[in-house]
Amino acid sequence: MTANRSESVTIIVPCGSLGAGVREEEIEYGLRKGAQAIATDAGSTDSGAAYLAQGKSKNSRGAVKRDLTILMKAHAKSGIPVIIGTSGQAGGDLNVNWTRDILLEINAELGLSPKIALLYSEIDGAQLKQLNRAGQVTPLPPLGPLEDKTIDECDHIVALMGVEPYLKALDEGADVIIGGRSTDPAVLASFPIWKGAGWGASWHAGKIGECGVQCSENPTLGSGVLLTVGQDGFEVEPLSANNRCSPYSVSAHMLYENTNPYLLTEPGGQLDATDATYDQLDDNRAVKVAGAVWKPGQYTMKLEGAGGGLYQTIMLVGIQDPDVLQDVGGFHDRFLDALYTRAKHGLPEEEHDHFHISLRMYGWNAVDGGPVPEGTPAPRELGVLFVATARTQDLANAIAHTCNPYFFHYPAVMDKELPSYGFAFSPADVPRGQVFEFKLNHVVALDDPLQLVRFNWINA
Amino acid sequence: MTRLSDATRHIRTKQAGPFWVTMDIWFKDEDSYTRYHDCPALSAETFARVYGTNADFVKRIPMPEFNLVKISYPRATPQGGMIERDMHSGQQYARLLDIELD
Repeated sequence: MTANRSESVTIIVPCGSLGAGVREEEIEYGLRKGAQAIATDAGSTDSGAAYLAQGKSKNSRGAVKRDLTILMKAHAKSGIPVIIGTSGQAGGDLNVNWTRDILLEINAELGLSPKIALLYSEIDGAQLKQLNRAGQVTPLPPLGPLEDKTIDECDHIVALMGVEPYLKALDEGADVIIGGRSTDPAVLASFPIWKGAGWGASWHAGKIGECGVQCSENPTLGSGVLLTVGQDGFEVEPLSANNRCSPYSVSAHMLYENTNPYLLTEPGGQLDATDATYDQLDDNRAVKVAGAVWKPGQYTMKLEGAGGGLYQTIMLVGIQDPDVLQDVGGFHDRFLDALYTRAKHGLPEEEHDHFHISLRMYGWNAVDGGPVPEGTPAPRELGVLFVATARTQDLANAIAHTCNPYFFHYPAVMDKELPSYGFAFSPADVPRGQVFEFKLNHVVALDDPLQLVRFNWINA
Repeated sequence: MTRLSDATRHIRTKQAGPFWVTMDIWFKDEDSYTRYHDCPALSAETFARVYGTNADFVKRIPMPEFNLVKISYPRATPQGGMIERDMHSGQQYARLLDIELD
């Protein structure tokens, strides 16, 4: 069902991430402008590894349901497809199913029964070990070759999908696509490509629109953008009438969270935007972009793997004691020493080499933990965050409990009466759970773009 | 003596995936860009010293159309580890503001 190649394809990008706050009036505007699909991602790696490792969403269930309800009402009214990628923040199987269940609840409430495609791209450790042994896995700097041990440390592993799984779902008549982990531009590029728009124009439009209104002059004035994609270029405009895109705001988005603003490696090729042009249209709110080129190459999918390791417990005090404030650096060092000594007294011998305490001196050097330039004036007050890390939550809690009296009273000057610092909470210690890390920065080379993707259909 | 904050109108850092940080340095004007964008004070060695990264991996992309240089480097520790202090790397630029360019 490919459209006439001379036609352009219009899609609504309702937000930068599903659950961020879709605006009903913006969707109305997009529909009036003849939008043929709605597409958005619902996550990224930005907020850390916890969401993939635990299969949890960052955005709340209520916020995602609210946004998705608006999109499903637009679908019911217009019949155009709704395409969601990187569902549930991390796009693992659990994240996809969480989003699916919200969608089914909405459909029941609205009395809808659309044809739903679920795209899964989570892979298990055994499958990845096999691909690795077959020589299909390559590291990206700064990491080295993939070892089985690293794979075993991952609780969940996903491969980032390109457009192909979305094209297949559209071919088979999906009204709604709930996609697992995908590259951000792929989610937006898939529908224009499916309708026959140019690959370079579609991928470039996908990159520019990936964060919704962020590519506009004033991202606080709305949520989404409208992309109109043709053969050699595309137009982008904000969905809110009082906002505008400028050549600067659009081209500068290529810099965002990206080490190379001209070349983007995507599944199955590279987008080369080196010669792209950005021109303001007469309405002074849309920008015409042209000249990016899609260069097909080896089909690769980037891998993400996340796992939980050690456990942490935290405490926080506020300090305005002048004796502390006049020598924060010296106080920090003596304080930390005293807490380590105290913690060891309370811990079994076999844990002595397996725990860690850090003190982050907010108001002084907490962000970098490094030396402070000579002559830096004393702060008015300090927030001191205590972070204990150990092999179990119970051990991390025990360290905090043992250290609690010292953390509360440790003096800057030894011969004065003991100070009492300002705890913010009771109980003072907060069990924080596991430390989650991304373990993989690798790509897997494949002959078949669908090899690692599983499809599931509802109302098919 | 010109400090980086004197020669620029905006500097930002952000994570570029869990293993990289990317810094965008917008110079005040074309003169400042031409004079400072590849000066020794902004060398890979400076990034290795200030951010504890490997100088061999530091990537630099000059973008004269924006009077901007983009410098990216691997994080000393991956995002979210035990000693994480800046999850999105959004505050990393601050340590370079006072660096002397000439």
